Amino acid sequence: MDFSQIFSVSLNSLNNNKLRASLTILGVVVGIFSIIVIMTIITMLQNSIENGVSQLSKNTFQIQKFPAMMGGGPGSRAKFRNRKDITMEDFYKLEETLKGVKYIGAEQWQFGKVIKYKNLSTNPNIQIIGETTGGIQTNDWHVEFGRSINEQDVQYSANVCLIGNDVIEKLFPGIDPIGQTIKVDNYPLMVIGILEQQAQMFGSSRDSRVVLPISTFQNIYGRRSRSVNIMVMSESKENYDDVIESATGHMRTIRKVKPGEENDFDIFSNESMISQINVMTGGIKIGALVVSIIALLAAGVGIMNIMLVSVTERTKEIGIRKAVGAKRSNILTQFLIEAIVLCLIGGFVGILLGVGIGNLAGSFLNAQSAIPYDWVAIGLSLCVLVGIIFGTYPAYKASNLDPIEALRYE
Amino acid sequence: MNIIKIEHIAKIYQLGTQEVKALADVSLKLDKNEYVAIMGPSGSGKSTLMNMLGCLDTPTSGIYEFTGKNVSEMTDNDLAKIRNQEIGFVFQTFNLLARSNALHNVELPLIYAGISAQERKERAEKALADVGLEDRIHHKPNELSGGQRQRVAIARALVTNPSIILADEPTGNLDSKTGEEIMGLFNELHEKGNTIILVTHEEYIAEHAVRIIRLRDGLVESDDVVRKRYIPIKNNLAKN
Repeated sequence: MDFSQIFSVSLNSLNNNKLRASLTILGVVVGIFSIIVIMTIITMLQNSIENGVSQLSKNTFQIQKFPAMMGGGPGSRAKFRNRKDITMEDFYKLEETLKGVKYIGAEQWQFGKVIKYKNLSTNPNIQIIGETTGGIQTNDWHVEFGRSINEQDVQYSANVCLIGNDVIEKLFPGIDPIGQTIKVDNYPLMVIGILEQQAQMFGSSRDSRVVLPISTFQNIYGRRSRSVNIMVMSESKENYDDVIESATGHMRTIRKVKPGEENDFDIFSNESMISQINVMTGGIKIGALVVSIIALLAAGVGIMNIMLVSVTERTKEIGIRKAVGAKRSNILTQFLIEAIVLCLIGGFVGILLGVGIGNLAGSFLNAQSAIPYDWVAIGLSLCVLVGIIFGTYPAYKASNLDPIEALRYE
Repeated sequence: MNIIKIEHIAKIYQLGTQEVKALADVSLKLDKNEYVAIMGPSGSGKSTLMNMLGCLDTPTSGIYEFTGKNVSEMTDNDLAKIRNQEIGFVFQTFNLLARSNALHNVELPLIYAGISAQERKERAEKALADVGLEDRIHHKPNELSGGQRQRVAIARALVTNPSIILADEPTGNLDSKTGEEIMGLFNELHEKGNTIILVTHEEYIAEHAVRIIRLRDGLVESDDVVRKRYIPIKNNLAKN
C-alpha cells in the first residue's frame, strides 16, 4: 500500500466529516494567520524601507549629527541634541584630508516650504536642499534639462536652483521653467536645471524639491541654524570600509574628540541602516512567532482531542479495516496523515487570510505588496509539526486496537 | 495439502483471577472446496474458533497451520497479510464502512493489498457484478437493503480471491427469505470451487453445508459429513 493510497483514504475520511474537520482546524487557522499577517506587514514595510534607504547611492555613507534611526527611551534624543553641529568648516577640513574618496559633499535640508512663482504657489510640502557640487554626485541626482549647480555657484552663493517635477507641475504649467525666477521664503532664485524624476517611496513623491547651492541655502536660513550632513562616496567597494574608518578618525580629530570618548557624530550606510531595521523588526518577529506557536499548541491540543474522539467513534471502522488486512502501520499512517492534513488545510487557510489581510493593511501604509515566503514555509512546517506531535498518540491508539474488540464495538 | 490444520488448540482468557477456557482442545482439518458449518450453543467456543480460523486471534496453545504456514507464531503484520489475501470475512452485521459506497467498500481489501486504483476498480466492479449488484455500486450501505448489504460484504470477501470464505452468522440479521437468497449465493460459490466455513446456530442454515462440526464447552462434540457434496435445492434464488 503506497503513500498516495493512504493519503486518499485519509482525505476520504476527512471529507466524510467536513463540519467537524473545519471546526477542528479553526485553531490552526488562527495560529498561522496571526504569524503570517504580522510577517506580511513587516516584510512589506521592510521592503519599502530598504528601497527607501537605498537612496544613498552605491559605496556611499553619511556623517550627521543625529543617528539615522533613534532607538532608546525618551531623553535619548537630548544626548544627541547636545552634540556640536557639524559645520561647513568641518566639511571642508574633511574634504581636504580624506583619501580614497570619489565624491564628497555636504547638504542641509528644510522641509514643508511653499515656493512661489508670480501669483502661483505650491503646497507647503516642498523640500529645500542646499548642496555642494559633490553632494549632488553622492546623491546620484541627475539634471535632465538645463545645467547643474557648479563650483562657482557654491563659492559665490549664486541665487540659482534646480527643481523637481512636482514643482514644475504646480508653478510652470506649459511654461519652460529654465531661466524663470521662483521665490523660496521670499528669496528669489533662478531655475537653471530640472531634476530627473525619482521613484516614489511610501507613496510619497521625491520630486517635490528645490536644490540650491549650500552657501545660498545658508544665506536664506542662517549659517548656524542647522548641522550639515556630509556624504562620502568611496572610490570602490573594496576601500569603502577603510574610508569609513579613516573618515571617523578624521572627524574625531576635526571635532577634537578626546581619545576614549564616544563619537560626537553618527555614520551610517545602507548596510548599517538595513541591519538596524532588522534589529528593530527582529523583536516583533520573535514575539509574533511565540504568540503563534502558543496558538498552535492550543490548536494542537484541540486536534488531539478531536482525533481521540474520532478514533473512539470509528473503532468499528478500524476493526473492519484490520479484518480485511490493514496492518497497524496502515492505520497509524492513516490517522497521522489525517491529523497532518487537517493542520495543513488550516495552515493554508491561515496563510491565505494572513497574506490577504496583511497586504490590505500594508496597502494603507502605502507599502509595496509582498508575500513573506520564508514565513509561509515556516508556518507550513509548524503545521506539519503540530500534526505529527498531536496526531501521533491518537493514531497509535487507533493502530493498537484489538481487531476482535474493535469489530464488536457498537 | 489441508487448507486448515488445527492440532490441540486452546484459547484461555484471564478474567480477573478466573481462567476461562473458550477453547479447550480442538483439532480439525479442512480441505479445499469444503463447505463446513460450525455449530454450537453460545459459549461453546464457536466465535473464538472463528476468530482463530480468521487469523484475528492466535491460540494460547496448540498449532494452527494455514495452507502449510504456522499461524500460531505469526506477527501481527503477517496475520494482517493472511487476512488480506487468504481470508474473506462475511459478518452477521455486514460490517461495511457506513460512509463509503459499495464500490469503495469492496475495494478496501485491495487497497491494503497495494493494488493500483485502476485494477482495484475493475476487480471491485466485477465482484459486485458477481453478486448481482452491478447497478448498485455507487450506493452507500444505508441506501441498500439488508440482503444487498450482505451481498456487498460477500463481494468484498471474494474480491481478493481468498483461500477460504469465513461467514459468521451471515443470515442472522436477515429475514428468512433474504437469508435463503444469501445461502443460495454461498452454495453457488461452493459450486464454483470456493472453500466456505459457516458459523451458525440455525439448523436450517447449517443444512446447506456438506460437513457440520458441533462444538460444546470448547470441545468438538461431533464432526459429520452430512452429504457427499452440496445438492442445489429448488431453483437458483441467488439471482434475485
